[in-house]
This record gives sequence, C-alpha cells and structure tokens, in this order.
Amino acid sequence: MTSTVYPALANRRRLPNLIDLAAILCVFGALAGLGHVARGTLVPIASPDATAITLDPSYLPYYAARTTLRMFAALAASLLFTFIVATAAAKSRRAAMVIIPALDVLQSVPILGFLSFTVVFFMNLFPGHVLGLELAAIFAIFTGQAWNMAFSLYQSLTTIPADLDEAARSFRLTGWQRFWRLEVPFAVPGLVWNTMLSMSGGWFFVVASEAISVGDTTWKLPGIGSYVAQALEQRDLSAVFYAILAMLVVILAYDQLLFRPLVSWSAKFRFELTAGLQAQDPWVLRLVRRTQLLRLLGDWLGDAASALGGLRLSVPGTRPSFPRKPSRVVDAIWLALLALALAWAVRALVTFIATSLSWGDVGLVFVLGSITLLRVVLVIIVSALIWVPIGVWLGLRPSWARRAQPVAQFLAAFPANLFFPVFVVFIVRFGLNSDVWLTPLMLLGTQWYVLFNVVAGAAAFPGDLREAAENFRIGGWLWWRRVMLPGIAPYLITGAITATGNAWNTSIVAEVASWGNTKLTAHGLGAYIAQATDAGDMAKVVLGVVAMSSFVLVFNRALWRPLYTYASRRLSF
Amino acid sequence: MDTIIAPPLLEVKACRQSYHKDASADLIVLDDVNLSLHGGEIVGLLGKSGSGKSTLLRIVSGLLAPTAGEVLWHGAKLRGPAAGVAMVFQSFALFPWLTVQENVEIGLEAQGIARAERERRAEEAIALIGLGGYESAYPKELSGGMRQRVGLARALVVHPDLLLMDEPFSALDVLTAETLRTDLIDLWSEGKLPVKAILMVTHNIEEAVLMCDRILVFSSNPGRVASELRVDLPHPRNRLDPVFTQKVDDIYGLMTRRTTPGRAQAVPAAVPIATPLHPVSTNLLAGLIETLVAAPYDGRAALPALAAALQLEADELLPIAETLQTLRLADVAEGDILLTEDGRRFAATDTEARKQQFATALRAHVPLAVMIRQVLDERWNHRAPALRFRDELEDHMSPDYAEETLRAVISWGRYAELFSYDEEADQFTLEDAE
Repeated sequence: MTSTVYPALANRRRLPNLIDLAAILCVFGALAGLGHVARGTLVPIASPDATAITLDPSYLPYYAARTTLRMFAALAASLLFTFIVATAAAKSRRAAMVIIPALDVLQSVPILGFLSFTVVFFMNLFPGHVLGLELAAIFAIFTGQAWNMAFSLYQSLTTIPADLDEAARSFRLTGWQRFWRLEVPFAVPGLVWNTMLSMSGGWFFVVASEAISVGDTTWKLPGIGSYVAQALEQRDLSAVFYAILAMLVVILAYDQLLFRPLVSWSAKFRFELTAGLQAQDPWVLRLVRRTQLLRLLGDWLGDAASALGGLRLSVPGTRPSFPRKPSRVVDAIWLALLALALAWAVRALVTFIATSLSWGDVGLVFVLGSITLLRVVLVIIVSALIWVPIGVWLGLRPSWARRAQPVAQFLAAFPANLFFPVFVVFIVRFGLNSDVWLTPLMLLGTQWYVLFNVVAGAAAFPGDLREAAENFRIGGWLWWRRVMLPGIAPYLITGAITATGNAWNTSIVAEVASWGNTKLTAHGLGAYIAQATDAGDMAKVVLGVVAMSSFVLVFNRALWRPLYTYASRRLSF
Repeated sequence: MDTIIAPPLLEVKACRQSYHKDASADLIVLDDVNLSLHGGEIVGLLGKSGSGKSTLLRIVSGLLAPTAGEVLWHGAKLRGPAAGVAMVFQSFALFPWLTVQENVEIGLEAQGIARAERERRAEEAIALIGLGGYESAYPKELSGGMRQRVGLARALVVHPDLLLMDEPFSALDVLTAETLRTDLIDLWSEGKLPVKAILMVTHNIEEAVLMCDRILVFSSNPGRVASELRVDLPHPRNRLDPVFTQKVDDIYGLMTRRTTPGRAQAVPAAVPIATPLHPVSTNLLAGLIETLVAAPYDGRAALPALAAALQLEADELLPIAETLQTLRLADVAEGDILLTEDGRRFAATDTEARKQQFATALRAHVPLAVMIRQVLDERWNHRAPALRFRDELEDHMSPDYAEETLRAVISWGRYAELFSYDEEADQFTLEDAE
C-alpha cells in the first residue's frame, strides 16, 4: 500500500476516467510515432530521402522526433554503461585502478574532435546503411553523457553510509538484493541530477553531430541539427528560427514530461532523515498519481521492479562472510600489466603523430591552446560578472528563485549552437573581427550553468547570517566580499567547472562558423581541430584533441580541484 | 538454574582485535575477551567510548572478523553475519527510501520468505512494538523514538535467537529513551519478545543496571573486560531502590578506579607523549571546577550524583573528570571527584590568570604539549607540521585516538596561548602564542 488515495475520491476511481482515455490514446500514439521514426534509421544510405534535408517546416516535427530518439538511445546506452562500469569500479579495487583515471581523462576529452574517427568506424560496421551514421551520432552524444553519470554512481556506491551497509550485511541481503535495495536507491538522487546535466549537454552534441563531414563527404542525418546546417548553406534565416522554435518545444516537452517528474520523484531517495521543504509536485507526476490507469500501471511497474530487486540472486559461494584480504602479489602483477599497456599506448600515439607532424606543430598547438584558454577564462569571468549579481538577487527571493531555477536549467539545456547563425549573420553584416566576436558564442551556452548554481547557492544561504549582516549594517562591496561571495563559493565554483568544460567543447564549433560561402575563423585550438577534421588530417586531429584534453586536465587539476576542495572545506555551512 | 546447564548460545573465546599499522607493532583495540551468553539473559557491555565494546558487538554480529580468537554461535564457528542474529543500530540505520513496512520486511526478504508471509509477520512485529498505523510512513516523517521502534521491529521480525543492540537509546532524548526502555523490558518480562537473549552495548550506567542481568565493564586502551557483575533485581526495576543506586555507585567506582592505575599500566613509561587525551573544551573544564567549588559540593562530589545533577551521562562526565585529573586540578577515585589546591586556585582567578595557570599545568603534566612547544622553539620559522606528531601518536594508538588527542592538545594549547595551529596548512605555529 504505497500510494495515498484520498478517501473522498477513492470510489470515483474504480472506473477508468476521461483522463485515462486520453492517456491511453497518448501512449499508443507515441508508440506508433516511435515505430515510424525508428524505421527511418534502417533505410539504406543511398536512398535519396535517407540523408537529404528539406527546409520545409512541415518536416520539422519528424526531424525533431529523430533528434529526440537519438538522444534517448544515447541516454539508454549511457545508463547501461554507467551501471556496468561504475559498479565494476566500485566492487573491484583493481578494476577501479583502471576505470577511475580513464573516466577522469575521458571527461576532459573534447568529444566533437573525435566525431570523424567514430563515423568511419561505425560506417564500416554497417556499410551502406544509415544505421552506421546514426550510431556514430548516438555515440557522440553518449560520450558527452556517460562519464559524469558513471562518476556519480561510483561516488554513491563508494560512500554508502556505514550504518546502512552494516544493516544490509547483518540482515544478510544477497549481492543482488543489496544492489537494488541499498546501493541503487542511495545513488538515485545524484544519478538523476547528473543525468539531467548530461541530457542538457547532450542536446548540444546531438545538434552538432547530425551533420558530419569526413574529408570531402558530408553526411546529414535527418534531425534538427542537420536542418540548421542545411539552412546555413542556403542562407535561410527563417528556417533557422523555425528550428529554434522546434527545439524549444522539444526541450520544453522533455523538461516537463520527463525531468521535472523524475527529479521530484528522486527526492524520495535523498539520504536525509529530516523532512525538508517539499516543493509542489510537477503536473505530470500529479497526473500519473491521479489517473486511475496510469497509477495502476505505475504501481504495477513499481511492484514488479521491487519484486525483481528482492530476488535472492547471488553468485554461488559468496554468501555474506568476512571480506578477504587482497593479495599484494596479484596487485603488483596487475599494476605492472597496466604500466605496460600504458607505455604501449603512449608509444603508439607518439609514433602516429610523429610520422606526419613535427615539433613545430606541437608548438603551434600549444600557442593556439593558450589562445582558446584565454577565451575560456574570459567567458567564465564575463558570465560570473553578469550572472552572479542577478543570480544572488534571484536566489535571495525565494518566490523568484523558484521560478528562475527551472528557466535557467531550461536555457542550459537549449543547444546554443542553434543561435550561432544569428550571430554569424550579425558579424558578417558589420564586418567584425572574428577573433573577438566569435567568443560570445561560447558564452551563449555556458553562462546558464553559472546562473543556476548561483541561484541555488544564494537560496541556500542561511537566513540568520543575512540578518546578522543586516544588523551590523554590512553593505556594498564589504557585503559581497565578506558575506555573499564566500557563502556561495562552492556553488559558484561548481557552476564554473561545468561551464569551463562546456566552453572547451563549444570552442570546436564556435571558433569556426559559416554562413553560406562565407567562413569565419578565429585563431584557437577549437578552430585547429575543426579544420583538421574538415581536411581529414587524422594526425592533426589527434594532436589537437590530445592537446585540448591536456589543457582541460591541467586546468582542472591545478585550479578547479584545489579551489573546490578549499571552498567545500572552509566556505560551507 | 537451568540456563547454565544448557549449552551457551554464543561463546566468545580469547577474542582480540588489533589494528595493523605498517612500520610499528599492532595496536590493540580489544584484548583477550571471553564471554558466553545463555538463553534468557540480557547482557550489557558497558564502557567509555573507545573501550572496544562496539567492536566486540560487531565481532559477535559477524560484521567484523576478529584478529585472533573465535566466536562460536550455537557451537559452530562464526563466519560472517549469521542467521538468528539481528541488530539494532544507534543511528537506527533505516533505509530512507523504504516505508516502515518495507523496512521491517527487509530481513525476511533476504531470507526469501514469500510475500504474504512476509506481510503477515511484519504486521505482527509492527503491532507488537507499537507502530500500528505507521506502516506506509517513510522514516523521515517519524520522530527519533518512532524510528528506533522501526529498528526494533525490523530486528524482531526475523525472530532472532540473539538480539544485538548498539547503544540503541543514546540518540534519543531522555523521555523517549525511557519509554522505549520500559516498553522493551515489559515485553521481555512478559515473554512476548521472539528472542532468546539480548546483548547490548551502552555507555549509560543507569540504563545498564535498569535492563541487564549481567554487566561487563570494559576498560580502555586496550579494551578489556575489567569486571563483571550481576544484577539480580526483578523487573520492573525501580531507579530509587537503594540496591539499584548502590549498583550504579559500584559501577562508577569500578570505572573510575580503573582510570588511575589503568592509565599508568596501559601507557608504557618510555613514551609519555603517547597518553591519549580527550578533546574536552576548556569551558567544560572551567564549568566543572566552578560547579565543584560552589555549594553543595564544596570541592568534593560523588560522580553519580554529579552526573544526575548536571544531566550528563557517565561517558560525558568521566572524560571531563579525567582531564582535570591529568592536569592535577582534581583527583578522581572510587566514584568521587575532589578538587585539588590548584583546582581551587583556578576557580578563584580571572581569565588571564586562568590561562597562565592552565599553561603551567600543560607544561607540567601534558608531555605532548611540552614536546610541541619545544619543537616550535627550535625551528627557525617556529612552524611544524602536525603530521609529524600525528604519525608519532599513531605509532602508539589508533588513528581515531591520535586525532582526538591532537584535537585536545590543539584546543588546550590555543587556550593557554602556548602555541597556535594553522588549520589550512595543518601546522603548529607560535604566531598567537605568548
């Protein structure tokens, strides 16, 4: 008996109501639509309508559906990856030695730089089929989503509260029961939140990866991204606006139908025993709870999942017992093997780059990387200057914060690259310096991460401290310096870290922009990678990607991580 | 008594738990503990925090493997959590995402019991423990007392032979804790609890005397069973009964008698800096001195009475008293605390003079503080990493103890302005010192 039924209304719910009918129609309609859209992925690549894009707006719903489908396919893959890899890392110390550093590096690799490799790989898997391209696009999105989700699950699995762990062990839960009753529920809030961030980032990649060019050939997968690419080629600004509108609708639907309910639901798994302030349930969740059939369906699914999680599956011979001590010899062998593999990989990489490139290229890449770094830093500073005051203002007013938060998250999810053409037209029209004016493109998508984190930080600022500050008449700059900025620092830094990662990735699409035949290029590592990809010069792409990963990694290690540790240790309440 | 003829439910034989640290000898947390537990009795493990009583409970529950010795459960060697043993946790350890009903069912689910049977037994346990009506609530909606009732129901529903309780009432307020204790004892004496024996850890002396038939008093560092006593009073017991208060007094005496020689025994004379210290705030020290100097104590008090008057539990009061003793501001013996001349002088002076007197006491009686000050004086920049002292302490005590000892010496050193500590750099300095 897990759901609450209001007694006065209970008897009215015996029979399916009108909403149920509507719900059934919606469900079947959605299934039929899904089938239709999914068929498009099985068409041979040579057929004319497989990869040709029409700018007729009436095709946009179909394109939007294809884009969304890609997105969810990638999400499913990311979840599968997360559950397998993060669990392996959490359960096996030796697996963790490999997986955790690998995830850490993969997180900082600019995904878009790899698109050209993966396309070739997947095209060879399914020669002559759109499915190969489809998978390449899905893989691109996957690589944007999976790492931080896996990290989140790993984090949760390794920080299970000691008393719950002991309770699970002393009641002799099997490994399977423990996973579904303790570990997964404990991980849900973090996983949902990270999935949401991943999805937000994913829209950007799906748009960027639908029009893929390898060397001379450009493939366009039906979708909103390729629609925009087509519009750019044909200099059709109104088509760009249609695409923006379609995307707006899609993201609004995804936000309202999936993520608001999911986040609200995940609050149940939060590991705090205090009843916090409950926000009102999103309308979809209310709908599900109030609709007889949907609720029954939900209950049935819940019960089935619960029964599945309660099964006494266990690996034979691993009934709860004392943990064994790890063998040092095996550890040593394992480490030696890893070192060998690493040495081999580095050698292969160096020989690959060295055959066609010289030290001069490395120097050039370093200079270009520094230029892009400068851009990234500027973007972060500018977004902080703009959004910190606004975010604090909003966050300190709860009624505003409640409204601003979803809007900021929504804006962060919106693929900023759809807006690029508008800016490019502007730059071309006024003949502006592309080195300077392409930079704001990087700001477009990244600033929202700063905003919604600052709003969250200001909203969490303790009321008594604000009153104390007011009582001592602390105002102006002193208030910012001594009261508010330290108070929101952990949040601001979290926002800045996410924004930086985003900005590096954006640089690959933002430093090169085109409008019909006009091509705008800024100097930077992003442009270098984009041009090398266009030219099909694999060695240069690899060098560029390695360089960018190194920049991100060093930047994270040298700046963000120490800053974050400091802030969460010293500047938290 | 027929309980003694029957084979014991549980036997702990020469159990020893040590913590292995690389370069040095093993640190012993629990040393040579023997215990046998029969059906029909409630046994209490009583001791100060860090005396290894919780460790012993975890060994008995099969959550922790002893370094040496063995645990026999129904005559067979224990290898991991056993069926027939259920545990109640200090922090309740409820799954926040499961309802009361689902939390209670979890142990049955682990045994693979069918759903209908599970629900029936869970409802039975819920009703027994007074949780009826709360079945569909989530733990976060409940008060602490109700949460611990869920913890109890969850343990009882599996009908364990042995119920383990790890300081089950210490996270609750006084009134709630008392209600739960009496409810549990009532069920026990009426024979309604589906368990054969109870083993509980507590640091509350009165709680032990109120509930247990047998009490094992632990000494600290390393944890040992220092003494064992029986409580033969019938249930329900009356706290005002002279026999009851005498038992409480006796235990206070046992626990404080052990501290004086026990400390000297446990700490080898060769390394005086390695005396474990309790991180007791100087405000508490001053507060206790002022209380003792005033009426009605006039410099001398019986610890049980003092604990009751100050509403402190034994393991809250004893560290303060022991610290005063370490600093020679008071003497503790046989359950009494007595202010020394220094203690009376401390009470009579103002803040500055107190700080000076405290500094003098630290220099005279806390070798670790002396050593830190010496090292700082010798260094050209008057800074020294805390890591160095932490490492040295960890050679002689567990990391937790080392951390506590370091925290204590930092706090006292700051108060005495003997040295100061830079948390950011984890270094001792002479910056704010005299």
